[in-house]
Amino acid sequence: MKFNAMTAVAALMLAVPGVALAGPDDDKMVINGETEMTTKAPLPAHMEDANMDEIMSGWHFRSDETQALQMDDFDNPGMIFVDAGMDQWNAVEGSEGNSCATCHEGPESMKGVRAVYPKWDEEAGEVQTLAMQINDCRENNMGAEPYKYSGGQMANMEALISLQSRGMPVNVAIDGPAKETWEKGKELYYTRTGQLELSCANCHEDSYGMMIRADHLSQGQINGFPVYRLKNAKLNTVHGRFKGCVRDTRAETYKPGSDAFVALELYVASRGNGLSVEGPSVRN
Amino acid sequence: MAKGVRPRVKAPRSAEAGEVVVLKTLISHKMESGQRKDSDGNVIPRSIINRFTCEYNGAMVVDVEMHPAISTNPYFEFEATIPEAGDFKFTWYDDDGSVYEETKSVAVG
Repeated sequence: MKFNAMTAVAALMLAVPGVALAGPDDDKMVINGETEMTTKAPLPAHMEDANMDEIMSGWHFRSDETQALQMDDFDNPGMIFVDAGMDQWNAVEGSEGNSCATCHEGPESMKGVRAVYPKWDEEAGEVQTLAMQINDCRENNMGAEPYKYSGGQMANMEALISLQSRGMPVNVAIDGPAKETWEKGKELYYTRTGQLELSCANCHEDSYGMMIRADHLSQGQINGFPVYRLKNAKLNTVHGRFKGCVRDTRAETYKPGSDAFVALELYVASRGNGLSVEGPSVRN
Repeated sequence: MAKGVRPRVKAPRSAEAGEVVVLKTLISHKMESGQRKDSDGNVIPRSIINRFTCEYNGAMVVDVEMHPAISTNPYFEFEATIPEAGDFKFTWYDDDGSVYEETKSVAVG
């Protein structure tokens, strides 16, 4: 009898952490013990019809250990890549004899940039992502070879630039000339693809907080990109992640840097309007 | 010298005499195990950091031997007692003979 009672108690105790795992947590993110981050925010106006109450960073869906890694710059493995990005920033490349530093001086000049990209570029007549802008600068102002769109060097540079805006709220513009691209991105977000017939929304809007086998589904926010992932021990770009996600629906994926992914990036970024820029963040 | 190697150390600037402090060290290094092959089937030669030491005023705090299964960018976190003011000396030994050093001073009081 006593044994049974003990088993019941043990079962109850085991059940409690199980309950705690379902859904995101309520932890507070403070970086280096000083910078307070906004990781939960009210829905942006354009998401009135979305099947959710508030937007939140993917950080809330990770374990305490992974969360702690991001809260200390020494522990955050993404900072190694920021250092590499700093070397690239100062490296003179291309036919014009310029480095990034020639025109932009220190990377501090990039403060606020990450928060508003992707954005409409009047000259190019299209919505440009941060990666496109970096390569535009390399080709036209430096006379250098562009970086591979979602390669390591691009991720390093994006990490360096994102870090300058860390803690600032994401604020991408979706009206005016960007609206058309944004609508296209929205359509993609809600379109089911692949043999599994899944849209982004099926997992990241309808089912966030649930487990998809061993993985804890987040809202799919991209305010933390580029992301250091423990699974591949390197920085991952937004388009690299999109590609992985689309592949997981067993669909032919779009190419990193393609019009479709640029539109999707604008739309997904706008779903995070109000959250702090976290890049480089740490996820599993 | 292997490419992109940079040692990093986080140590407190001051401590009480006799206090136990936490030290964190990280060195960016690719730690090529020597077990992998490139796309042509040739073995990629081993290139790792094989030893890490930390001394305080000449006294050994930790002395670590490393082998090929250690992952890229090796990170060590350990504690040390601070008897009096002095300097930590951190040393990493590379397979190719390079030695990377870093020092941190700790004040007492």
